[in-house]
Amino acid sequence: MSVTVEADTVPRFGIGVKFRFDEVRGAWVVLAPERLFLPDEQAVEILKLVDGQRSLGAIVDDLAVRYQAPQELIATDVAVMLRDLADKGVIRL
Amino acid sequence: MNGNGVRVSVEPPLGLLLELTHRCPLQCPYCSNPLELQKSGAELDTDTWLRVLDEAAALGVLQVHFSGGEPTARKDLAAMVKRAAQHKMYSNLITSAVLLDQRRVAELAEAGIDHIQISFQDVEPENADRIGGYAGGHLRKLAAARLVQEAGLPLTLNFVVHRQNAERVSQMIAMGLELGAGRIEVAHVQYYGWGLVNRSALLPSREQLDAVTAEVESARLRLKGRMLIDYVVPDYYALRPKACMGGWARRFINISPAGKALPCHAAETLPGLEFPSVREQSLGAIWRDAPAFQRFRGTDWMPEPCQSCDKREIDWGGCRCQAFALTGNISATDPACALSPDHAVMAEAVKQSRGASLGFVYRQ
Repeated sequence: MSVTVEADTVPRFGIGVKFRFDEVRGAWVVLAPERLFLPDEQAVEILKLVDGQRSLGAIVDDLAVRYQAPQELIATDVAVMLRDLADKGVIRL
Repeated sequence: MNGNGVRVSVEPPLGLLLELTHRCPLQCPYCSNPLELQKSGAELDTDTWLRVLDEAAALGVLQVHFSGGEPTARKDLAAMVKRAAQHKMYSNLITSAVLLDQRRVAELAEAGIDHIQISFQDVEPENADRIGGYAGGHLRKLAAARLVQEAGLPLTLNFVVHRQNAERVSQMIAMGLELGAGRIEVAHVQYYGWGLVNRSALLPSREQLDAVTAEVESARLRLKGRMLIDYVVPDYYALRPKACMGGWARRFINISPAGKALPCHAAETLPGLEFPSVREQSLGAIWRDAPAFQRFRGTDWMPEPCQSCDKREIDWGGCRCQAFALTGNISATDPACALSPDHAVMAEAVKQSRGASLGFVYRQ
């Protein structure tokens, strides 16, 4: 299966999806119709950059600088994760 | 304490299901409410429900499901939705929608409802109204679904499937698309309570089940990224039981209209368990300490073949209510499991349903 996501794609949260910090658990949670995800640390950092304005390319740039990691590696990881979240209805691509 | 007198520690609950009332204009023969319905006079008042929501938020509940009966029969529903929203708990309305008009939808949207799930009994109006026992219901539901969609609220359609509508699953999925639903549920009847009473009229054949499963699987691929399809199978052809409620008192709390706190909506059918009331105790104390919540929490209570099974933390021994209803023993392995000594009762029920009457005992 292809996981290609174009660099100018602007990911958005799906309709009815909420991403917020839960004080009781001390963790970020994704809440959606009859769905609930506790994203791992890597996913949290990506989801924090999903604001309906930043493109995939801009998200990758931000993470590559912050983690001082190769652009291509980050780009692949982010695309795979966003595609997976899109299949779950969390993200729209 | 669980069966062995050991206190099992537990994470905060994820979900809270509020059965605000047992009143409902519909009479579906597979209703999840108990056979003995509570009268409106026994229902909790607004302030108590609001306190339960405050306690749920402090306890770490992330999602609140407003259900019933028909939750919109409560005039204070919007006040409760608003309270859940103030605590940033995700709110789901689980409704038959026959009482939803434009004013009510606007009121709920204003209060901050996050998602509305509407049940449909079929795609054919006449059969849908016959199954729900409510003339004109199907058309009202369609109108309400459009109102929800126009209000920009996330919409789920819920279809309960069984022998008398299983042939129309592809039309059910098409209806979800047409009404702009982001998600649909295709859920086979679960045979507890009213469903068990009507089991012979509702159980699908193996062929029907396989056809529904194939249709759902192909639609899921086709509609990936457009519409989510959740699918619930019946236990009667299964080899392994479902992880009922994700395990007893592991994730969910259910509150009955009169305020009984339950690990699942059917738990009151189990003998020998005393369920605490939110009128008398806080939700936190109930979740952590109530003996009825401790009783089947974890794995220590399990009999063989569950105790030594490597799937014991996957299915958590299946469903306690089904185990009791079909074996008379609340601690038995769920007979849905092929390893259960009682598994043959499932095939026997399928056999008995062949050629049985299609008439219903309606919920009332």
